[in-house]
Amino acid sequence: MPDNEYDAIVVGSGISGGWAAKELTEKGLKVLMLERGRQHDHIKDYKTATKDPWEFEHRGRTTPEQKKKYPVVHRGWAAQEAVMDAWANEEDCPYTEVKPFTWWRSYRMGGRSILWGRQSYRWSDMDFEANAKDGIAIDWPIRYKDIAPWYDHVEKFAGISGSVEGLSHLPDGKFLPPFDLNFVEKDVAARIKEKYKGNRHMIIGRVANLTAPITGRTQCQFRSRCWEGCPFGGYFSTQSSTLPAAMATGKLTVRPFSIVTKIIYDKDTKKAKGVEVIDAETNQTYEYLSKIVFLNASALNSAWLLMNSATDVWPEGLGSSSGELGHNVMDHHYNLGATGTIEGYEDKYTYGRRPTGFYITRFANMNGDKRDYLRGFGYQGSASREGWSREVAELNIGADFKEALTEPGSWTIGATGFGEILPYHENKITLDKIKKDKWGLPVLSMDAELKENEIKMRKDIVSELIAMFEAAGAKNVNPWETYYSIGQGIHEMGTARMGKDPKTSVLNSNNQVWDAKNVFVTDGACMTSSACQNPSLTYMALTARAADFAVSELKKRNL
Amino acid sequence: MDRRELLKMIAVVTGGAFIGGELLLSGCKNADTIGGVIFSTADISFLNEVGETILPATSSPGAKAANVGGFMKVMVNDIYEPKDQAIFHEGIIKLNDACKKAHSVSFMDATAEQRASLLISLDKEAKEYQENKKKEDPSHYFTMMKQLTLLGYFTSKEGATQALRYIAVPGKYNGDLPYKKGDKAWATS
Repeated sequence: MPDNEYDAIVVGSGISGGWAAKELTEKGLKVLMLERGRQHDHIKDYKTATKDPWEFEHRGRTTPEQKKKYPVVHRGWAAQEAVMDAWANEEDCPYTEVKPFTWWRSYRMGGRSILWGRQSYRWSDMDFEANAKDGIAIDWPIRYKDIAPWYDHVEKFAGISGSVEGLSHLPDGKFLPPFDLNFVEKDVAARIKEKYKGNRHMIIGRVANLTAPITGRTQCQFRSRCWEGCPFGGYFSTQSSTLPAAMATGKLTVRPFSIVTKIIYDKDTKKAKGVEVIDAETNQTYEYLSKIVFLNASALNSAWLLMNSATDVWPEGLGSSSGELGHNVMDHHYNLGATGTIEGYEDKYTYGRRPTGFYITRFANMNGDKRDYLRGFGYQGSASREGWSREVAELNIGADFKEALTEPGSWTIGATGFGEILPYHENKITLDKIKKDKWGLPVLSMDAELKENEIKMRKDIVSELIAMFEAAGAKNVNPWETYYSIGQGIHEMGTARMGKDPKTSVLNSNNQVWDAKNVFVTDGACMTSSACQNPSLTYMALTARAADFAVSELKKRNL
Repeated sequence: MDRRELLKMIAVVTGGAFIGGELLLSGCKNADTIGGVIFSTADISFLNEVGETILPATSSPGAKAANVGGFMKVMVNDIYEPKDQAIFHEGIIKLNDACKKAHSVSFMDATAEQRASLLISLDKEAKEYQENKKKEDPSHYFTMMKQLTLLGYFTSKEGATQALRYIAVPGKYNGDLPYKKGDKAWATS
């Protein structure tokens, strides 16, 4: 094989790209993984991960210079001293906001797999059937039975901890032992169960942190600093998990600083021949050829790459024949909920910093419940005792004030909702024909917003949580809401959806681009609806499933 | 992304935001920092004494031992916007003037009792000001000093390991740890 030829090219090294590289190499393919950013080596490059709090010069805060350089990241909690190096350079990589859109990107090896929240939930048939039942958008081309064995497959390798609950809407998986709810959360969960007659479930968050060691990785050490990178390999990331497995095959080549600008389409074979790459450091362009291409550049960038691969056959981009490419942008809306205090339990405290909290599973619009909007939401939160940053009544300065602050305060409880966003054709991304990035490439233009269904749901998210906390005996229960615009859920998806019909979808049931069958899109772009569960586990499962299909098709010489 | 950071922030949202940590909702409205404000060694000693009055040495070291004055210098220089920097620097003078007015002695020459009674009244003044100010108005200088004292002290090695309990690698979790009055809080959450 010539130097620039591979069996498969994987574009992107985040959660789904890492899975594609692992699965394809383990099945014997020679794979090139292209990452647009720099290397970021496991452990060695986790520069802050073992620093003590006092070793952070600004104790977590960011500077006015950083605020100016990273205005989008500063729209929320993502802007913290320890992780500022992780974010994409916003000056080099701008985008256009027709409507407010928050895009938190990490352009380096491993992508957002280092930073992710690790919450890992299966979807159920309620989710896969929702569009068809509600007459919304198009039906998913798959059902739970199609993906279930692949959930098994990825959970076992990634290491997902969780409790077996027997809930049909949130199927159990191949779990490591669960983390624990703390004493107060257990009482709150029991009261919610009683008050709502067993129809509401507050469970421990299912999370990609190890509660037992698996090959090459140590179990979670309860430091809760995951997003700085874990020196113990205690959670799933490309670096801790899929990359070492792919490298071990001897079949993976990784090329950093490789911005894929185009998929090279061959009109005669109606397939992709490979990709064109611009070196982010030297601006040189290169071609790499392969039998198959996996797009795992993240939902919006995978759609960008397809759009930027326009030819005279497909002037709106590869995969654009349905008119749906770049449309149906979804996310999960959140950043609102409630907080309260829990009286008593002064003789209870916790040890260790748990990397997850509680999860209240969906209850709206299911099992006979009916709302004035479609779909539903879950909540993530925790109960804990207040620390030194609390107010102390009647004390303002001095020895007594200080001594009071050295002890834990009252128990508080808080949570945020995570709500489903429907797929709207008019919520879209397009190429901005005028604005260019540092490399002269067209940038994305975002034009998406929450609509009536989501706005109604947001009111319900707050009022239901207040009711549940009060039912559980919490006092001083107050709503809270901070800024949200689409994208800020960091679950952007839907821009190259799967479907049964090439006229209304970009991908088929095996994540193949209808218009170029050796191109697979298995990141968030492929999603036909958003459900309300955190989506990464589903991307992992769909990637492994598509990789298996791709290799079997290659063997049958169908690709 | 690790939304546990968000959950930690819920507390911040309810407890009042950190000065200099305002979320910018759109674009950028910062002027470039100009290097016009300089902390002298005397300023840092002064701020250490303010800090020590807020969090004095008890069974654990006080704010001065943790050099919160030096910490305030770094934070005001590096993190504060120019308008807040100016208020902070003016605040040093205002605090000293208030001390002279109340006790006829400069803050550095005042007794511990005089310092404490002054800061109690300034704390009251600052709280009232914060509650009534418009959102876009700057914070009271004493709110800045107190906030930086608390942050600087409880995240310092002295504060985190002696006033509080710090364990870098807990290794396990216990959600039902017995607690008795007097047990110290954990330094990190």
